[in-house]
Amino acid sequence: MTVLALALRRLAASVPTLLIILAGLFLLLQLAPGDTVDALVAQMGGGDAAMIAQLRQFYGLDASVPVQLGRYLWRLVQLDLGYSAIYAKPVLDVILERLPATLLLMVSALSFAFTAGLVLGVLAARRVNHWPDTMISTLGLVFYATPSFWFGLMGIVLFSIHLAWLPSGGFETIGSGLTGLARVLDIARFLVLPTMTLALGFLAVYLRIMRASMLEVLSLDFVRTARSKGLAETAIVVRHVLRNALLPMVTLVGLQAGTMLGGSVVVESVFALPGLGRLAYESVVQRDLNTLLGIVFISAVLVIVINFIVDLTYARLDPRIGAGR
Amino acid sequence: MRFLRLYLRNPAALIGLVLLFLVLFLAGSADLLFPGDPLSLAGRPLSWPLSNPRFPLGTDSSGRDIAAQIFHGARISLLIGVAATLIAILVGTVIGAVAGFYGGWTDDLLMRITEAFQTVPSFLLLLVLVAVFGSNLLTVTLAIGVVSWPAPARLTRAEFLSLRNREFVQACRTLGLRDSAIIFREILPNAMPPLIVYASVVMATAILMESALAFLSLSDPNVASWGNLIGQGRGVLRTQWYVSAIPGAAILLTVLAVSLVGQGLNDALNPRLKSR
Repeated sequence: MTVLALALRRLAASVPTLLIILAGLFLLLQLAPGDTVDALVAQMGGGDAAMIAQLRQFYGLDASVPVQLGRYLWRLVQLDLGYSAIYAKPVLDVILERLPATLLLMVSALSFAFTAGLVLGVLAARRVNHWPDTMISTLGLVFYATPSFWFGLMGIVLFSIHLAWLPSGGFETIGSGLTGLARVLDIARFLVLPTMTLALGFLAVYLRIMRASMLEVLSLDFVRTARSKGLAETAIVVRHVLRNALLPMVTLVGLQAGTMLGGSVVVESVFALPGLGRLAYESVVQRDLNTLLGIVFISAVLVIVINFIVDLTYARLDPRIGAGR
Repeated sequence: MRFLRLYLRNPAALIGLVLLFLVLFLAGSADLLFPGDPLSLAGRPLSWPLSNPRFPLGTDSSGRDIAAQIFHGARISLLIGVAATLIAILVGTVIGAVAGFYGGWTDDLLMRITEAFQTVPSFLLLLVLVAVFGSNLLTVTLAIGVVSWPAPARLTRAEFLSLRNREFVQACRTLGLRDSAIIFREILPNAMPPLIVYASVVMATAILMESALAFLSLSDPNVASWGNLIGQGRGVLRTQWYVSAIPGAAILLTVLAVSLVGQGLNDALNPRLKSR
């Protein structure tokens, strides 16, 4: 229970952070040229001054900035993210529609990057400064330097256009009417390329951290004890070293949650996935500031939740963290 | 001298340096080899690389010389990379130094703000900034700098926390030095080596962020940026994939060069860790 209490305290500490974010963003958006009403009027092809004033009053844009900020925060407490004039729906609905695709993409990319990074990192550390290590480390450097959207485009050229193995974009076959397992497999096929594209950079970082962390743990005394007990090398790595070496990796997942959400903007645009990232891009282009603000809010909440889960995992991996309190 | 010898003994660092000089050469010779506007019409559109001796890297869908855009694009990438890194390191250092040196409520306040910046996905914040302030070379550079300062700030703060009670700092206090002198003239030089190494990470990320922004056509459309070219090549990806492939390779090599040099610096500055 102490673990949970600790994690909950960290969660509570993130409330002021969230407030700073919201106030900062709200004030930032006051500097933006043009508001929702301008965008609406432009879409309608113009309107007279009286109607524009009425629209401003309807959206509460005629009040002073502090009043608007207060109203905005109060609505957020009630989970009301406002109304998207572009999509003609509440922002929360628009976001919830788009959230599953992004979450699916993030979870699959994270699992892939974590697993592959772990395996490659362990392999490199076991053969440190020999050719497998050199090869894996070089691969990591190249992956890190590759722009993800470019990797995605080249993946489309190779796997969709030349080999015709995978679809080049979209979330599932439109109008296929598939259900159950068939639909899951269909979506999985569409997600292979986006997952690889998003995972690439993170894979590079994970493998580098895993390698360094393995080397660090391998040099500790308890590993020498395990060796002198006569344990097999595989048993030492799997049972003793891995669990300790995982700690920095888990921390990194929490630290990079935001980076991954940001990366999904680009990846979803490359593969035309109906996700949160693409919605963010579209609302920038369409000047739908209500939606943009909502997305940033939801993303920040998501990052905080992921870090909460990371805290719990961390305590499970290292019981000293919970017991120390 | 010892530092230089240590650096040059590392083959990866050497490759990084050679690549970096190559990119610098592209940027430096752009005006000599490709005078005039790289975004102006040069010849028939979509001629493949090596098919026309006038355009060794071919032309894009508007008939612009890809080689000219690659050479001029090196300038933009390096310019944005260096300027945004300077901004991020400068802001991060000052905030981290003040937070680490004074501690207490100053530290609390500054770290809360840093945390806020780290909780918002930086690319989303970049989108918001570009949406609000528009996208020209200056605003994009400033925006990338603004979203990149939190990590250097944390690094500086950690260094300051471990240095602020050392004896040489206490000696400075006894001598009656002003706080600003202690922070910037005495502690900061000792905190610099990890920051210099980290600058290479910031620069690599900055170059990647600019190219992603340009790819989404949210960066300055009036300059020859590698990301812009990849974005334009997207329309003809099915048949003329080289239009996107070539500038992407240029970005990859540039970011690789910056990271290799950073790693080489790190190994040369911390020789004890080199055996890892």
